[in-house]
Amino acid sequence: MRLTQGTFSFLPDLTDAQIAVQVEYCLGKGWAVSIEFTDDPHPRNTYWDMWGMPMFDLADPAVVMDEIRRCREAHPQLYIKMNAFDSSHGWEALRLSFIVNRPAVEPGFGLVREESRGRNIRYTTRSYAANKPAGERYSAT
Amino acid sequence: MLATHELPTLNLKAVYRDAKIGEVLDALERDLIGLAPVKRRVREIASLLLIEKLRRSAGLNADPPALHMSFTGNPGTGKTTVALRMAAILHGLGYVRRGQLVSVTRDDLVGQYIGHTAPKTKEVLKRAMGGVLFIDEAYYLYRPGNERDYGQEAIEILLQVMENQRDDLVVIFAGYKDRMDSFFGSNPGMASRVAHHIDFPDYDVDELFAIAELMLARMQYDLSEAAAAAFRDYIALRRRQPHFANARSIRNALDRARLRQAARLVERSDTVLTRAALCTIEAEDIRASRVFQAAGEAS
Repeated sequence: MRLTQGTFSFLPDLTDAQIAVQVEYCLGKGWAVSIEFTDDPHPRNTYWDMWGMPMFDLADPAVVMDEIRRCREAHPQLYIKMNAFDSSHGWEALRLSFIVNRPAVEPGFGLVREESRGRNIRYTTRSYAANKPAGERYSAT
Repeated sequence: MLATHELPTLNLKAVYRDAKIGEVLDALERDLIGLAPVKRRVREIASLLLIEKLRRSAGLNADPPALHMSFTGNPGTGKTTVALRMAAILHGLGYVRRGQLVSVTRDDLVGQYIGHTAPKTKEVLKRAMGGVLFIDEAYYLYRPGNERDYGQEAIEILLQVMENQRDDLVVIFAGYKDRMDSFFGSNPGMASRVAHHIDFPDYDVDELFAIAELMLARMQYDLSEAAAAAFRDYIALRRRQPHFANARSIRNALDRARLRQAARLVERSDTVLTRAALCTIEAEDIRASRVFQAAGEAS
């Protein structure tokens, strides 16, 4: 199951050229671009690992593309996303964020039923990948 | 070997115009007084880059030229201004992608403890990618007395980037001539990677006066005739004093003259001020300077 989240989530994955254009747009707006990666695909997982510090005051999108390339080399089988943070007053929030790398095989999510008090059933989802400990989830098979 | 097939017609003028080199060079000529050798070198470098670009479009062998530069000269001789123009030229000809100028000193590159320097330098380099990195007073990076100085680490990272990512970044080193010479002397690796050395001469009195007139015109002030003579005297005296920083000292002197003019106008607030009075700096505004008093005591 293909994981979708963030901006452009209904589009096919962007090519590098398309990513570079998006980065250029972000830098033109003065947003700080950062790169994050994770092996926990749950949509409510907001704690992704940082790939280096957020990059402030950049002028050239090639720098970000280079960092994305290096992150992909280090973690080819993990989810990698690009975030653009707007630090201007009143926003101080992410303005753009999308996935730039995903594992070759995405096992998807299973429905978990929990019998709670009475005859109530509580539902939740759990990624099949998350059954393995962190670090072994998307190892090349 | 020359290609035997027919070369595409090369239009020097069109490339010149499209790259906006002419505009930048004209602005350089117009806005900067004096500095004839510098302007000549900038023109030469711009021509070289233009021809290299044409050679490449004609399919001739064109190694990307070495572009790192060193600007030497006393303070206030226009190094930063020329660096800005250089960034515009390089951008116009497509030798750098973005053309921004990132101006840094030792403090921006060198960290305070072990392991602090590399990330700091790399972060600055990232900001400068696709543009020009201007390192002011670059000789402070290297402190010969101290082997453990972190400046050396910054130099090594710089060297690596200057060599491996020549397409991404142009580095301009700036500082006093003698100290830059000893800096390059003790860092031969650096010296061999800096292709263009441009020396900025000091201005003479006439040039400094012309600079003052340009600055005043920009600020919409005028010198009265007596004030012009006084200012020439001021420049001649000030040049001989220590800590003279060429154009920067002129700017400061003019700022102080404006201050005195304002004070004079406020003190005589009983008279009706004309537009001319608001714009005119009188001789007394300049003669009140500390420079004249010091000269008076000395003689």
